[in-house]
Amino acid sequence: MSVDTQTGTTAGTPSTGSVLEIRDLHVTVGEGDDAKEILRGVDLTVRAGETHAIMGPNGSGKSTLAYSIAGHPKYTITGGTVTLDGEDVLEMSVDERARAGLFLAMQYPVEVPGVSVSNFLRTAATAIKGEAPKLRTWVKDVKSEMEQLEMNPTFAERNVNEGFSGGEKKRHEILQMRLLKPRIAILDETDSGLDVDALRVVSEGVNRTREEGQVGVLLITHYTRILRYIKPDFVHVFVNGKVVEEGGAELAEKLENEGYASYLKAAAEGNQA
Amino acid sequence: MSASPENTSTTDALAEDVAVAPATLAGELFAAGVGAQAGPPTTPAPGTGAAGQASPGAHSHGGPAPTGSPAERFASTDPDAFGVPTGREETWRFTPMKRIRPLLDGASSDAHLTWTTDLPEGVELTSVEAGDPLLKGLPDPVDRLAALARQRSGGAAVVRVAAEAQLDRPVTLGLAGTGSDEVVWGQLVVEVGAFAKATVVLDHSGLARYAGGVTVLVGDSAQVTLVSVQDWAPGAVHGGQYDAVVGRDATFRQVVVTLGGDLVRLVSNVQYAGPGGSAELFGVYFADETQHQEHRLWVDHAVPNCTSNVLYKGALQGESARTVWIGDVRIRPAATGTETYELNRNLVLTDGARADSVPNLEIETGEIVGAGHASATGRFDDEQLFYLCSRGIDAETARRLVVRGFFADVVQHIGVNELQDRLMASIDTRLGALPGLDEQPVEVA
Repeated sequence: MSVDTQTGTTAGTPSTGSVLEIRDLHVTVGEGDDAKEILRGVDLTVRAGETHAIMGPNGSGKSTLAYSIAGHPKYTITGGTVTLDGEDVLEMSVDERARAGLFLAMQYPVEVPGVSVSNFLRTAATAIKGEAPKLRTWVKDVKSEMEQLEMNPTFAERNVNEGFSGGEKKRHEILQMRLLKPRIAILDETDSGLDVDALRVVSEGVNRTREEGQVGVLLITHYTRILRYIKPDFVHVFVNGKVVEEGGAELAEKLENEGYASYLKAAAEGNQA
Repeated sequence: MSASPENTSTTDALAEDVAVAPATLAGELFAAGVGAQAGPPTTPAPGTGAAGQASPGAHSHGGPAPTGSPAERFASTDPDAFGVPTGREETWRFTPMKRIRPLLDGASSDAHLTWTTDLPEGVELTSVEAGDPLLKGLPDPVDRLAALARQRSGGAAVVRVAAEAQLDRPVTLGLAGTGSDEVVWGQLVVEVGAFAKATVVLDHSGLARYAGGVTVLVGDSAQVTLVSVQDWAPGAVHGGQYDAVVGRDATFRQVVVTLGGDLVRLVSNVQYAGPGGSAELFGVYFADETQHQEHRLWVDHAVPNCTSNVLYKGALQGESARTVWIGDVRIRPAATGTETYELNRNLVLTDGARADSVPNLEIETGEIVGAGHASATGRFDDEQLFYLCSRGIDAETARRLVVRGFFADVVQHIGVNELQDRLMASIDTRLGALPGLDEQPVEVA
């Protein structure tokens, strides 16, 4: 199946914002004989100001795409390219990718015992900006973002993700995105495990970032629920390690009504052929 | 288990979380009572009574009074009752015998540590002579080193906190080595009256060969924190037995911080003098090249409704850095309603370093609230590093943050801010300064 995944020409277009380009990306997990191909030729372009939803069933490779872009060592790139504003992302270390402007809000944020949220946030901001943020404005910024995300101020003194509820972990991820101001934000199932209130708060955080412009958002989700709060410009259906259909927000409605059954059936038939 | 770092790439790879179902061991019958005095007479064979090494029923030391217990420990005030360890004994097999030898030879000496004390109101520092009734009532030494310390010290320094005293600051005893080659023998008794609340800090520094016994008598309903900092100069050798006797409904917390010295070997024992007691044993250790740090714990639940919680964390860097953690918990038949958990984590920062970790739990009654242990030795947690790096933090800084956090997790239990800050600064120095974080910590609240 051939799908035109280009959302615009990549060369010669004057652009003020960033662009993430993924071309024919192949990724395996495991080593040697156990290596299993998870991504089988992904093409995707995300520009500043755009919000792309990637939707697909469990096991389709959505999270692998997110982690591969961020550079998780568990995944091996076997083919294709990923560039950010023309720079080769795959050549960068994990921290270099983040400093280049990529951000991944994780589905399962990791606990870091003994490291307080405030220390962590400030260390990250220092790394991203290249210098320690000015104490006065920084404290104000953090406080204001936490208030908007309806987070208790004592949160900052707790250890990173330790004992956080599911909702607290996701708010914490969005808090980081707000403070680190990435060029491209990848949100991996940020909606999973959230109750309606938390989903609203988290979505509003994402929308504030979008309204400020100059950020491209890649929203990975299994369900259409979050798309009621965050309207995507493009929807990509992800099955069996690649994009099988693309459209606008209306495609999400179709998925809401019909599910992934027809795509999975097509993929299974494709595999047998 | 003895974990070699080559076997694993993440801390959790070797994680062993064992929730032990209550079970009664048959044929283990002896009177309920208190701590070391609770059981029947102990077996006389030296060095063979190490907790948990023999399986149930497997003991037969040929002594005059077999205990019927696999885990009974030999204890005596007579150093010669233990014989001179060779290094093959269970309790000494991890210890570099050559380096600890002076503390086992037992040559008497007049060498002392230099004391610097800070005593808040309500605290008395005094001393008792050998033969004082106070000393007779202390838990007995469990090895030759501890028996020598008890005997050679010829008495004891005593810190008394009056009943119902609420101290406005910690009791601090700065104990500094003077660089003498002679062994310093010491015995300290901390006696805290009922309903009192006290923190006592033993702050060891300088160069010494020191064998020091410490006994904390925690009065009924008292709340006591004992902090022991081993910030010795390179070359120092320190061995000793720490005992806590926890009164009815009392709370005892011990925080052991071992950073300096050539060899540190501490044995910490807890017993409960009445029901409702609670003991928390925290420890951190950081072994560099050539350092040997050994911490052996023994929590003896012999009365009902007591709790114990053990958390020890260590890091090792340098090819011949060596740490040993032995965590023995025993729940005797009378100790119904016991709740206990022990955890040891070791972070191996460089190749060649070796951490031994041996948790051991013996349960002799089914009527307990819970009992468990976990032990893990390994490298950095890759997921933690990935998470930090994915926020732009370079790998070196991320590693330091993780190690710093690893220690802070325990150090924050001390509850004395100035000391916590000093210890974390000391750990920071060992790790190298964190770039961009030299300013004050950020308060967001």
